[in-house]
Amino acid sequence: MRLEAREHTPLWLPWIAILSSGLITLIFAAILIMVAGASPVTGFYELYKGAFGSKNSIAETGATATPLIFTGLAAAIAFRARFWNIGAEGQLYIGALAATYFGTGLVVFSPLVMVPFLLLTGFLFGALALLPMVLLRQFLKVDEVVTTLLMNFVIILLVSYLLEGPWKDPYSLGWPQASPVIDQGVLPQIIPRTRLHLGFAIAITMAFLVWYIQSKTSFGFSSRAVGFNPSTAKHSGISVTKTMIGVAVLSGGIAGLAGVSEVAGLKGYLTLDLSPGFGYTGIAVAMLGNLHPIGVIFSAIFIAIIYVGAGAMSRAIEVPTYLADVIVASTILTVLVSLILIRYRIMLRGKF
Amino acid sequence: MTALLNVKNIDKSFGRLNANKNISFDVASGEIVAILGENGAGKTTLMNIIFGHYVADSGLINFNGNELKAGDTKAAIDAGIGMVHQHFTLAENLTVLENILVGTQPLYQPRLSERKAKEKLKYLAAEFGLELSPQQLVRNLSVGEKQRLEILKTLFGDCKLLILDEPTASLTPQEVKTLFISIRKMVASGLGVILISHKLNEILEISNRIIVLRSGEVVGKVKTKNADKTQLGEMIVGRKINRPIRKENSFKEARIQLFQLSTKSGNGLAALKNVDLEVRGGEIIGVAGVAGNGQKALAEVLTGHNKPNSGKIFVNGKNLFGKTPSDFMNSGVAYIPEDRNADGIIGDMSVWENIILTESKNLKFFNKKGILNIKNSHELANSVCQKNDVRCQSIEQSARLLSGGNIQKLLIGKWLERKPSVIVACQPSRGLDEGAISAVHKTLLSERKKSTAIILISEDLDELLLLADKIVVLFNGKLSQFIENSNLNPNKLGLMMAGDGF
Repeated sequence: MRLEAREHTPLWLPWIAILSSGLITLIFAAILIMVAGASPVTGFYELYKGAFGSKNSIAETGATATPLIFTGLAAAIAFRARFWNIGAEGQLYIGALAATYFGTGLVVFSPLVMVPFLLLTGFLFGALALLPMVLLRQFLKVDEVVTTLLMNFVIILLVSYLLEGPWKDPYSLGWPQASPVIDQGVLPQIIPRTRLHLGFAIAITMAFLVWYIQSKTSFGFSSRAVGFNPSTAKHSGISVTKTMIGVAVLSGGIAGLAGVSEVAGLKGYLTLDLSPGFGYTGIAVAMLGNLHPIGVIFSAIFIAIIYVGAGAMSRAIEVPTYLADVIVASTILTVLVSLILIRYRIMLRGKF
Repeated sequence: MTALLNVKNIDKSFGRLNANKNISFDVASGEIVAILGENGAGKTTLMNIIFGHYVADSGLINFNGNELKAGDTKAAIDAGIGMVHQHFTLAENLTVLENILVGTQPLYQPRLSERKAKEKLKYLAAEFGLELSPQQLVRNLSVGEKQRLEILKTLFGDCKLLILDEPTASLTPQEVKTLFISIRKMVASGLGVILISHKLNEILEISNRIIVLRSGEVVGKVKTKNADKTQLGEMIVGRKINRPIRKENSFKEARIQLFQLSTKSGNGLAALKNVDLEVRGGEIIGVAGVAGNGQKALAEVLTGHNKPNSGKIFVNGKNLFGKTPSDFMNSGVAYIPEDRNADGIIGDMSVWENIILTESKNLKFFNKKGILNIKNSHELANSVCQKNDVRCQSIEQSARLLSGGNIQKLLIGKWLERKPSVIVACQPSRGLDEGAISAVHKTLLSERKKSTAIILISEDLDELLLLADKIVVLFNGKLSQFIENSNLNPNKLGLMMAGDGF
């Protein structure tokens, strides 16, 4: 058996592929819910209710999608250029550290200045956190998968040290958390009295901005060229190193924004459990969105629905919350397979 | 004479493409049958069917009196069919002897029975003039020696029919001669040989019979002694070949100059040693040489991709030592790389995007803020495709779907839009069909007329003789003296390519 590239893709094929991958995932999830001893119909209803049932649950879904859009964009931008940034988790925490350092009283501006200022510093610090890795790769051929992945642990240990030591909030009753961000720096809520904050709108704006950069600017053009074929890019006079640095700045910076958004928008202060692996889930978000910035919005919201909905479902009908992970994972698998089948057809052995 | 191999009514399609249509022929013991045809004529598909890599849609193959099992390479080898592919299939880190023994001995046997093998190897080598030291590491062998080893491998397996796919592609004229002597000896001992090639002169010299394939069909079967070169050429292409002619031209001032230029080896590139080169406007300098003697290093030095460590390099009077590829481009250098799919185009991007790849800093296509101007880009793409006869369904089509000839025309066409004063072209016609080859040659000659300086690096001597005003030979990173095209002696050139006079 082997794969053969399709010369022409029928127009109906992508739709059938996406629909059937959704269907396969639903069937798979239904089986698992049944194995857990509950009715799939009730299960799916509870999942839907948990994610969309009320103003609060919709807001909760949006709030969960926010960091995923940021980290999904960070991964999508880097992966598009074949720069394997696995370190969005660390860059998110660096962004959060920047928001905490500058946002807890070191400087005080009016909210109109303070919020953009915190976002900008978060972006810059996130970008700086990824910069050494891209330089190491371009100049010394150090594999970025290793450096970005391992840096996550270094950064999380740094955060842990700061929260247990110098940055520990004296009023936190002994909890390892930093002082809260001052009022001027807090991202306002979009829906009052819910957890949905301005970060969600910023994330969506960033996605459109990235889409514009990638499709309409010379930097986006170069970064796509470098991603597809660095050798041809080089032969066309495009500086691969400069382009990769640009990609790293954008990718790390947007991951840093996720940290600012979580600290200044959702929680109000930095804790060690600020991110339950948003950086890693971002990779799944990017893959599911086919590395397209607008696709990232949809896939982040989808994964947020599954997580929030599955949480509600497990509380209502007592199935394990791990079902959410299984559903997300099987969706990614089926979508990836369907993306391959859109581009290739399967040839059975003996026929070729 | 009974037929050793009998191929009957072979059909094979890949999707909509008919690679082989109702092909029948036979080969007897003791004869050399040449299969001629352009790239894509179906030669390699046919051989792969005989050798069991592919299964034919219909048809029969009889070998040595028995039907050959379809799609079973091992059955083909066991029956006595040996194939030497154009790209060698040797383990570089093993010795000559070990390469021969691989696959011939059972895996569970703890020791290789080397002694007997060595004796047999010695005998074969002496018998057929294929001398090789059994203990030598394959990575230290020259291309010609590697090919000898490939042939020895098949002979060691007692093959009765030897298939040679483009055996002379990267050999010097002298190596071709010794190869032909060996082939004649093998045939005399009763072997059947199928020779796949597109080099007419060689085929006429060595074969007994010629079979011509065109778009998957047999369009001619002739005895070599009755064959006529022009007629064969037209049979291969299917129409009259219209070769461009190089006319007298006046030369302008030097456009690109290298003085005592040296580079380090590395990244798979050979080192250049004290290279001097000067190309004037309106002049084509041909660089001859066997692959791997520094061709790529030279091309990359001339285009800024390979940084020299000593010497001087001037483009239009400007010192560009140590500058980047984009500085070279901005000084008017265009580069047609050898591997157009890997270095020339981006298959996943559309035709128009490929055409503006070199223009990411051109204000006409990306304004001061770096925003793409789609209208101008599409206009340029359409005009490049039209002027250079690039056939594509639309400029939105992925470049990967274009044929090799169209890719090359696109590539050259888009570089010409930059109005280069120097063109560095590496193997510009390799792998193209006759129509595309003559289009490429015409373009290069018309650029020459426009006073562009052209460096043509090619392993194809016919191409160099057709286009170049002067020829230099590259051997082991060193350049020879210039030889005027008019007083060129192919025999002497061959000796120089093998290192004579360096």
